[in-house]
Amino acid sequence: MSNYYDTLMKDVRFVEGLNACMNCGVCTAICPAAAFYDYDPRKIVIAVQTKDDDEIEKLLKSETIWYCGECLSCKTRCPRGNTPAYVIMALRTLSQQLGFFTESEKGRQQFALKRTVGDNIFEYGYCVAAYAMKPELHPEQGPVWKYVIENARDVFERLGGKYDEYGGGPMRKIPEDVRDELIRIFEVSGGTELFDDIERHSKAKAKEMGLETGDKGIDNPYFMEVYTKDSGGHHC
Amino acid sequence: MKLEGEENKIKWADYQKEIADDHFFYVRSCIRQSLYPGSEQFFLNLLGNILKKDIYENPSHTTCTGIGYHGDVVPFSTIQTVVARHYALMKESGYKNIAISCVTSFGIYTEILETWKHFPEELEKTREYLFKATGREFDIPENVSHTSDIIYKFKDEIASMAKYRLVDKETGEPLKGVEHIGCHYAKIFPKYGVGGAEFPQVLSGMITTWGGEVVDYPERRHCCGFGFRQYLVQANRGYSLSNSITKFESMKPYKPDFILTNCPGCNMFMDKWQYTVKEMNGNTYGQDGNAIPVLTYEELAGLVLGVDPWDLGLQFHAVQSEPLLDKMGIEYSKEDKYKTIDGRQMGVPAKILNV
Repeated sequence: MSNYYDTLMKDVRFVEGLNACMNCGVCTAICPAAAFYDYDPRKIVIAVQTKDDDEIEKLLKSETIWYCGECLSCKTRCPRGNTPAYVIMALRTLSQQLGFFTESEKGRQQFALKRTVGDNIFEYGYCVAAYAMKPELHPEQGPVWKYVIENARDVFERLGGKYDEYGGGPMRKIPEDVRDELIRIFEVSGGTELFDDIERHSKAKAKEMGLETGDKGIDNPYFMEVYTKDSGGHHC
Repeated sequence: MKLEGEENKIKWADYQKEIADDHFFYVRSCIRQSLYPGSEQFFLNLLGNILKKDIYENPSHTTCTGIGYHGDVVPFSTIQTVVARHYALMKESGYKNIAISCVTSFGIYTEILETWKHFPEELEKTREYLFKATGREFDIPENVSHTSDIIYKFKDEIASMAKYRLVDKETGEPLKGVEHIGCHYAKIFPKYGVGGAEFPQVLSGMITTWGGEVVDYPERRHCCGFGFRQYLVQANRGYSLSNSITKFESMKPYKPDFILTNCPGCNMFMDKWQYTVKEMNGNTYGQDGNAIPVLTYEELAGLVLGVDPWDLGLQFHAVQSEPLLDKMGIEYSKEDKYKTIDGRQMGVPAKILNV
């Protein structure tokens, strides 16, 4: 058994986020996730505060730690200066490093986030970009978004944009040497390692589930599984 | 217990922040430049050409990786180094005041600055990572402002140049605005926001200065529901929608004329989810069966100053703004609404609201 608590204490967000929880529940009262999911951030902080590694491992493999929306409303309200969201962010990082995230339906979604937002950073220099958006993955945004994407050059030109071209301006193309700098930053600071952790553990889980991941992109069955699957039981 | 004496009163000065007056290094938002390019461009136009301020955009600026960070696929050490690279670009360009377009980025920049104060070893580690990766070095900025802070600072100058006011031209009554402030603007570190997290003035100050009235309603400070992974993954989007509906239902009885936001995600969700709800059950939340127009602070400033609404990009929202434009008495061309810059007629988006 690893000493998870000591590992978490190496994350400054965890150090900053956990002082001494007195179990008042204000964080849960203010929490948008608690209004939607069967979720109680107070219980997470209490469990971690016990330093019980069995309890922490259960959390690392749970659905629960993936319900938070990281709005940080809890930081404003905690009378003891705790930040449950920071505790959860540290738990999520550790869960991915150890491969425990693939044990839960919500945790497995990290593969979808890596293959979209994560890969966009290297490919475009943006987390999200108009020319990386796929309207078919966002039907709830309505026809106007599809329209803007389909007419992007005219729309951006009308509004002063620089759509996929070099230079200043909204939606300009990020030069390759700049994207190379981003890639090197990821390599030296642990970002590439976390991407690799997510890929490696997700591919192992996909194999166990009999689904293909491909080496990149979203046109694969495992992506669609984790991106769309809601087996129920998550909600209030 | 009765509190007496000046020392027991909350001092408004404690809730103020310093906002630079000039010489800004502008950093864009991934979402805002994708969905609200007209807002970012008008901000630069307003600062540079109308208010005659020095503002500079470096084309080598990239994402801060904030959506990846709050989607938990980018580690804290990595985002610190990416932000440090932006500070290096600022230093190399000769600027000390950063103007941040995105509220997620703003929260991250403030989180990192506070981390470096409390954990100096994180600052040293970041300096090493950045130099090793890029050969660059950086200084910590002298002033960190969100672009809504900067509009707030110049709200009186904008009022003095206003062509229109937030007043119903028929009745003379102030128009009613809902202000929605992105959570990461001041909930994480209240001292970085005008009015802090308890009494945020950054948007309400604009509304009242430009003639409007601010609507107070029970869920005023509730999150819009972005929740990062709770929207970005399709299976989770009920979280996002349900939290926006909580706000819409709460504000509806107060009959707002518009919603004003300072966060890219909030702006998108408050706008687009009104379309979604109407498709789902036919509900609308504005007056006379209409939806509520949702504006960025640049769009609102632009309307007040008499900028053509179609040059701001209001025609590309899900909720169309004509009910608000008509109440303000703004003149606009119906024919030019969907034309390209060289005058070609474009198609009209389907199922836009309020037309």
